[in-house]
Amino acid sequence: MFNIFKLALRNLRRYMRRTLLTSSLITLGVVAVLLFISVAGSFKSMMIGQITDSMLGHLQIHRKGYLAAVDSLPLDRNLKGKQLQLIKEALDQDENVEAYSMRIKLGAMFSNYTETTNIRVNAVNPEQEMKTVPMLADRIIKGNKEGLLEKGEILVPELIAKGLKVKLNDTIVLVATNKDGSVNGQPFVIRGVLEGISGPGGRDGVIHIEDARSLLRTEGKEVSEIAIRLKDIKTMDGVFAGLQQKLGSLKNKMDKPIFEVHTWKKLSPFFNIARMIDLMTLFIKIMLVAIVLVSIMNVMIMAVYERINEIGTIAAIGTVPGKILSLFVMEGFLLGCLGTLIGVVISLVTIAVLNASQISFDFGRQKGLLLSPTIGVTEVVTISAIVIAIAVLASLQPAWKAARMDPITALRHV
Amino acid sequence: MPVVVAKQLEKTYMAGDIAVKAIQKVSFTIEPSSFVAFVGPSGSGKSTLLNMIGCLDPPTAGTLEVIGQDISSLNRAQAARFRGEHIGFVFQDFNLIPVLTVFENIEYPLQMVQNWPKEKRTIRVQEMLKAVGMADQGHKFPSQISGGQKQRVAVARALVTSASLVLADEPTANLDHKTANHIIALMKEMRDEFGTSFIFSTHDPKVVNNAETIFTLEDGQLLQEDSGGNHV
Repeated sequence: MFNIFKLALRNLRRYMRRTLLTSSLITLGVVAVLLFISVAGSFKSMMIGQITDSMLGHLQIHRKGYLAAVDSLPLDRNLKGKQLQLIKEALDQDENVEAYSMRIKLGAMFSNYTETTNIRVNAVNPEQEMKTVPMLADRIIKGNKEGLLEKGEILVPELIAKGLKVKLNDTIVLVATNKDGSVNGQPFVIRGVLEGISGPGGRDGVIHIEDARSLLRTEGKEVSEIAIRLKDIKTMDGVFAGLQQKLGSLKNKMDKPIFEVHTWKKLSPFFNIARMIDLMTLFIKIMLVAIVLVSIMNVMIMAVYERINEIGTIAAIGTVPGKILSLFVMEGFLLGCLGTLIGVVISLVTIAVLNASQISFDFGRQKGLLLSPTIGVTEVVTISAIVIAIAVLASLQPAWKAARMDPITALRHV
Repeated sequence: MPVVVAKQLEKTYMAGDIAVKAIQKVSFTIEPSSFVAFVGPSGSGKSTLLNMIGCLDPPTAGTLEVIGQDISSLNRAQAARFRGEHIGFVFQDFNLIPVLTVFENIEYPLQMVQNWPKEKRTIRVQEMLKAVGMADQGHKFPSQISGGQKQRVAVARALVTSASLVLADEPTANLDHKTANHIIALMKEMRDEFGTSFIFSTHDPKVVNNAETIFTLEDGQLLQEDSGGNHV
């Protein structure tokens, strides 16, 4: 095999210009794919991080049917008593769960005593919430971030703060209707102003969960949803499957499921954008495969055509067809390796330069997001393996033609 | 045992719809250590006959035994292996591999065909380089040596595997008079040293005059067999 390798390498050196040109094409393709994957991947991870770490959490558990009616924030589909106990037990037993936060979600009227508007409110236990969505505090653009909030305080969404011209430490009133239809009002002091972000819950106000209970006059501890943060997002599918199995199988007296478990993918429309990024990556990969296939095939067909007489000679002196095939396949393999190697080096250097350059960009209302492209070893190895495999595949046909060539015809070729 | 035994050998080609009889009922025997020339005008079937003896082209009819092997029973890969083991080739255009040095060109059949170990290979190639008078040229590439030197390398490559038979198709056609004489002398020397049979297809009177057996072909038929080197 080493002899074939040596001969193939020398043949590539013989046609140096063509070898360099073909390798450059492969390099270009590899660089394009790896850079796209790293930049798009960085954008995707950043957006997923924003959504899960400042709003949704990685997973959420609701009472069955809650999500279908979420637009009206129903209070009659809250989780309570024994249900909450079951969920707590399941979450406490799972070592992949880092934290979880119990929330009551409600709709209310927001009044500054001169004007009134409607508001969606997320009532939370500040300590649990900050462990579950640690970037929530970063969304506080005015006011003290420490401890998130106390009882009697409210974090007001930016749009409402501007629209109703309220400031920090102003007192406002929230008026809400509970599930029995009785209306109640409660004053709150504005603790901070929250930056709005895209997606569900991105423009909700935040109050203490105990305040929500007194506002809604609920008896006992009931919550609308439980947001869960995992130690590693990569374990999400496994944890989801485990919770589905444990909680999804529980039925009520009418033999209907009690709970529903969802990942952030189901809860946020951004998942579709993430899928589009994946789809675009796939198309770029297909383009790379096409580039490699066409360029290697082209160069190997030329190589066979130019060396017909040589093929005849080595066949005549006893080289078996299998070895002739190996020789040309080895040339394709080496071309693929060379192009890939250079491409990987250029890509990694470019990624390092991009990271060092601290390039920032805006996405919607979020300003100054830092571009930090990264690429995993698995991705680099996968792309390299695909390119080299395609290079070998593309050289098979010309190599097969060379191996099957009639030595007499080949020797007569001028 | 004879090196080549041909009985009622025939080769028919299809040129479109027309069957062309390139070789017609040819029978001959070639003994070991022979220096044999097939002569005849262009299209007489010399090269076709050499191709059949070299297991590059199977006969259409008749039997052809080369070193005791019925070559019509060999498939493509078996024929390649048989050539690699027993037959050497010398071509009109030398046909050296341009990316390999002189040393590596001679080494090629040992390395790529017969898989000899490196040390044994090196000794053998050096012997052959010395035998053809190219001992100090091993490092050069074919583009750096003359036509005569290339043909010497080709002879060394043909003999390096200790082939019983060397087939040479117009080996002196691209060489000047003096160099051609040297090459013929070299091949005869090699025949004497290694006991290899040399079979030529040629127009060259120099080769014909040196041949010990001459087969004359015309229109695919064997006209006569002469002994001695006085054929013109």
